[in-house]
Amino acid sequence: MPSRSTERILALSALALISTSAVHARELRVCADPNNLPFSNQKMEGFENKIAAVVANELGARLEYVWAPLWRGFVRKTLNAGICDVLPGVPEQMERLTTTRPYYSASYVFLQPAENEAVTSLDDPRLATLKIGVQLVGDDGANTPPMDALERRHTTSNVRGFMVIGDWGKPHPLRPIVDAVSSGEIDLALVWGPIAGYYALTVSRPLRITPIPPEPDVHLLFSIAMGVRKDDNALAADLNSAIERRRNEIDAILDTYSVPRTTLPSAKHDEEVSP
Amino acid sequence: MPISRLNAAAIAVACDMLLCPALNAEPVTPLPADPGESYQATASDEAKGPLRPAAPAFATPGNAEWSMPGANVGLTRFSDLSDIDTANAADLKVAFTFSMGVNRGQETAPIVVDDTLYVVSPFPNILYALDLTKPGAPLKWSYDPKAHAASQGVACCDVVNRGPAFANGMVFFNTLDGNAIAIDAATGKEAWKTKLADFTRGETITMAPLPVKDKVIIGNSGGEMGVRGWAAALDQTTGKIVWKAYSTGPDSEVMIGDQFKPFYPQYKGENLGVSTWPAEMWKQGGGTVWGWVSADPDLNLVYYGVSNPGPWNSSMRPGDNLWTAGVFARDIDSGEARWFYQWSPNDRSDYDGVNENILIDIEWKGAHRKALVHPDRNGYVYILDRTNGEVLSASPFAAITSSLGVDLKSGRLIYNEEKKPQTGKTVRGICPAAPGAKDWQPSAFSHKTGLLYIPHNNLCMDLTEVEVGYLAGTPYVGTDVKMMAGPGDGSRGEFAAWDIMNGEKVWSIKERFPAWSGTLVTAGNVVFYGTMEGWFKVVDAVTGKLLWQFKTSSGIIGQPTTWRGPDGKQYVAIVSGVGGWSGAIVAGNLDERDGTAALGFVNAMRDLPDHTTKGGTLYAFSLD
Repeated sequence: MPSRSTERILALSALALISTSAVHARELRVCADPNNLPFSNQKMEGFENKIAAVVANELGARLEYVWAPLWRGFVRKTLNAGICDVLPGVPEQMERLTTTRPYYSASYVFLQPAENEAVTSLDDPRLATLKIGVQLVGDDGANTPPMDALERRHTTSNVRGFMVIGDWGKPHPLRPIVDAVSSGEIDLALVWGPIAGYYALTVSRPLRITPIPPEPDVHLLFSIAMGVRKDDNALAADLNSAIERRRNEIDAILDTYSVPRTTLPSAKHDEEVSP
Repeated sequence: MPISRLNAAAIAVACDMLLCPALNAEPVTPLPADPGESYQATASDEAKGPLRPAAPAFATPGNAEWSMPGANVGLTRFSDLSDIDTANAADLKVAFTFSMGVNRGQETAPIVVDDTLYVVSPFPNILYALDLTKPGAPLKWSYDPKAHAASQGVACCDVVNRGPAFANGMVFFNTLDGNAIAIDAATGKEAWKTKLADFTRGETITMAPLPVKDKVIIGNSGGEMGVRGWAAALDQTTGKIVWKAYSTGPDSEVMIGDQFKPFYPQYKGENLGVSTWPAEMWKQGGGTVWGWVSADPDLNLVYYGVSNPGPWNSSMRPGDNLWTAGVFARDIDSGEARWFYQWSPNDRSDYDGVNENILIDIEWKGAHRKALVHPDRNGYVYILDRTNGEVLSASPFAAITSSLGVDLKSGRLIYNEEKKPQTGKTVRGICPAAPGAKDWQPSAFSHKTGLLYIPHNNLCMDLTEVEVGYLAGTPYVGTDVKMMAGPGDGSRGEFAAWDIMNGEKVWSIKERFPAWSGTLVTAGNVVFYGTMEGWFKVVDAVTGKLLWQFKTSSGIIGQPTTWRGPDGKQYVAIVSGVGGWSGAIVAGNLDERDGTAALGFVNAMRDLPDHTTKGGTLYAFSLD
């Protein structure tokens, strides 16, 4: 199937220029959200943009983007419609596609002004009275995981929601929850780590990020990988090799974006994905 | 499940008191096992006696024309035409066809005014006008609103449009990207276009507007996107917003003031649209108005239903979550709320309250009452007093496990706590499933038979383990929702004739798939509806006997209408083309292996692609 809208990317480094000058460079078609920082945007400013470029470079592939917002039904409309072959930034446990080995793991975090005493536990009695912000998925029956923890503690009377899809007519639709901590509109956000890490750098008020400690039956930690169609094991294997070989560069990119990472053993077995 | 007839003893007692003629008491016959066959009743031709409900005088039946999807502002969907009747319906033939140009779910109603037929397509929402005076009903003009393509991305349930409405020389319709538009019917030129909804925030419009008096009433879609629901009245001539009332928030924004006189105590108090929510959750409180609007010009009230409480899981939002999952009555001119009733407080199963409120006049316990009848997602047919919102009765019309009944004293739905969804917990057999016992597909009322004709669903759902997903780069966990046929022989749909006064089914036809089309009933005592396989059916309104059916090119989820053509003949039309929420597996090319796609509907509809493909064609039928 032809790509709907594509954009050609030249590799980032001189080394890459040499390695991609081959006449028959393969194509790596990536679906990404055109307005979804810190992950991706059409100006290639997101860290998934940068990581995709590194991986494509390692494979000697020409990177082609198909811009598709990561909204309800996006796996079906992109990967499974065949308009692209790779979805970066996918939780390893998603069942609708095959995922590579993860290239980072992160957690939902507490985000608060640095000058406030750190909240380090969901059992902190202050959670009953602090103004708390959570991210709302907007898909029936779906919660961001910290909400499960709040629900079981019946902490509901001081919670405000921030839609993950947000106002996509403007840049930075994921930023409002961080701005709300900075402005004091809320005292504490329970937010996906990479979003907190990136946007905390952009506000003038110093903010503190603390991983939410593990909670039984609540998925606060996610390992993030690249996704391919369920039967595309060959591409998954190639991507795995590339991710493995360029691990240091990928980590450096994640450092630049202040993605707060945790170590989490991968669920993947080596046999599944070796080339 | 056996169908019970009017209890003979009760009739005898009632008739003794009211001196009505004796009715025959028929023995109960169980429904046949095969879907598609109808129960052969042998009732008398018309329900007799003062118990039969009447259509209000302002609910003008369709006749030569059919000017709005519900036929009139009372939403009866009844036509006075009787050229087509039980004796000759089998002779119906295709008279002309028209391709809608886009193969997505076709929910529109073809309206006919002044020998011109008007339909609206799914996105891109083109309004077509067909010239019925010429052979083959050729295109007279079309209007392309140039709707933004991105609005398709935020629509939850296919890019449908529920049709245009005509009044005072203008055709009114709405677009997915949030505009209300008025077109001069004679010229096809735009009279005005008013932007009402912001699709960059997930807000769209899919409903058919209701013109009443000098206004047109419109509401938004997009509750699950955190959109705040509202209803607005626009001036028919200028398109300017005359009033806009939100469904959640402070009284000033919900337009609740000293005219508000609700019947039940739980609706009395200040700013309940804030205080029945934790914190500020009402700001993403849903309560959109994407279904049907009716109106009583004598009482000067509009009635419309409100959807469920937005993206918050029910456990996160303890409280009644006013004013969601209920029905408002508002002053047509000022928008001030007169009363409200909540079908499903603190909704936990996606039971949007937007289904039609059909206006009827009844005798109730010896008194004349101005009422409305409403088959809800939660499985009950309600009769309400439309002057004050009192519940007169609530009777189950489908399998229900999610609740135990409606307490008529308090007006409250009594939930079954064993079937309450809880994050991470498996709960099986919740009935009705999220699409409800009936979704948007509108029913019709015949004052001749006194019956309500309800196309509806037979679906239950299991909520099982967590499922990991992500949207906009943010991982989340959701519950696996799998829908399946409700109790019975595996039929997932039913077309039922309902005795409003006694709150029970008179006859019904089981369908393999949900009966997701609208319906219409005529003075010829025939009822029309379509199936998701694509059969357009005519059924005897009294007995339920199938008189005729025609296989259109795709599944049917549209609304049938009828009119008298310039040649003097009666025509009936339907737009065929499957999609919408139930047809997502076909219209959206969903993967059958993923039962949780389309919000869990796919599991219940796995076989739909075996029976229909996408389509988009208007069919008009007539005799010879």
